[in-house]
Amino acid sequence: MTPSPFEEPPDTQWVGEEAGPIVRPYVLTRGRTEPTRGRFDLITLAVTIRSASPRESGLDPECLAIVRLCHQPQSVAEIAAHTNLPAGTVRVLLSDLLDQGFIVLQEPHSETDMHDERLYRAVLDGLRAL
Amino acid sequence: MDSVRSSRDAGRVRLPKAIKILVAGGFGAGKTTLVGAVSEIQPLRTEETLTDRGVGVDDLSGVESKQTTTVAMDFGRITIGDAYRLYLFGTPGQERFWFLWDELALGALGAVVIADTRRLADCFPSLDYFERRQTPFVVAVNCFDGARRYDLDEVRLGLTLHPDVPVVLCDARRRESSKKVLITLVEHAMRMRLGATVAGDTTAR
Ligand SMILES: Nc1nc2c(ncn2[C@@H]2O[C@H](COP(=O)(O)OP(=O)(O)OP(=O)(O)O)[C@@H](O)[C@H]2O)c(=O)[nH]1
Ligand SMILES: [Mg+2]
Repeated sequence: MTPSPFEEPPDTQWVGEEAGPIVRPYVLTRGRTEPTRGRFDLITLAVTIRSASPRESGLDPECLAIVRLCHQPQSVAEIAAHTNLPAGTVRVLLSDLLDQGFIVLQEPHSETDMHDERLYRAVLDGLRAL
Repeated sequence: MDSVRSSRDAGRVRLPKAIKILVAGGFGAGKTTLVGAVSEIQPLRTEETLTDRGVGVDDLSGVESKQTTTVAMDFGRITIGDAYRLYLFGTPGQERFWFLWDELALGALGAVVIADTRRLADCFPSLDYFERRQTPFVVAVNCFDGARRYDLDEVRLGLTLHPDVPVVLCDARRRESSKKVLITLVEHAMRMRLGATVAGDTTAR
């Protein structure tokens, strides 16, 4: 039986010692580099709205890890850092999880929102209180 | 969707809005140190693949050569009440990356450019970039031990900055100092985007 091209070769290392993930991200996303709904920002936030149990969900361990992590809202950048996956891979997995109803996303402030005075006041107050 | 508890229903989940600030500067200028000094989490690292669209296309072959570059960034986080979350990204300042930066700079509130007085020229590419892109930025002059003391006007002259661009001294290792840099940036961004009258008095409410 020839292995499907998407199956992980038996001795593929999940994480390289220093270089980080090697083959796995590509396998995980089945070669896709773009998420289904356009590319979202590093600071787009994801939060879990439906828990996933390993057995019934049929999700990859990485997706399960993301669902677990996002019980507290997390940015794409944080998810990438905690799962040790490249941000591009995380985007693809997040768009899958979104399509499957496990998470919702919150897009960041757009450049036009940057004209909202309340935002500046809130950030200044927050920084002064640090 | 039975398994979705109503309190966490997609329509009802209220998420904070994320805001980003970039912290740029040359190699070893103190970017990660500044992020770490104000962040509520230990700085994390992520890798982003940036695609070079347009630049470096080989016209003769007719084939679009899409080049990608991977950059590593350190980042930190500051929670601002329930409504906002601020992310600070220490971004690599090497000149050859600058044309790839639009994706990172898009939507940023502003940028801090760290000037290391031992190697002032290292921050030129960052300055050029933010000036061209009209991203509000401040220059934080990081005073390393043993480096010659410059006064701020001297730095301003050396960097040929627009008179509106704030220049502040900082010690990136200290929270108060790094906090002051960020406050200066947010005030400056507010002035640039909303005009002087609104931003004139940010302390009185
Ligand atoms: N004296 C002094 N030392 C500093 C200051 N800021 C950073 N350093 C030190 O300078 C070194 C480099 O700082 P980093 O924060 O790693 O610099 P960086 O810009 O993130 O460096 P790269 O990511 O490698 O480009 C560290 O050893 C810091 O402790 C400062 O304000 N004053
Ligand atoms: Mg660094």
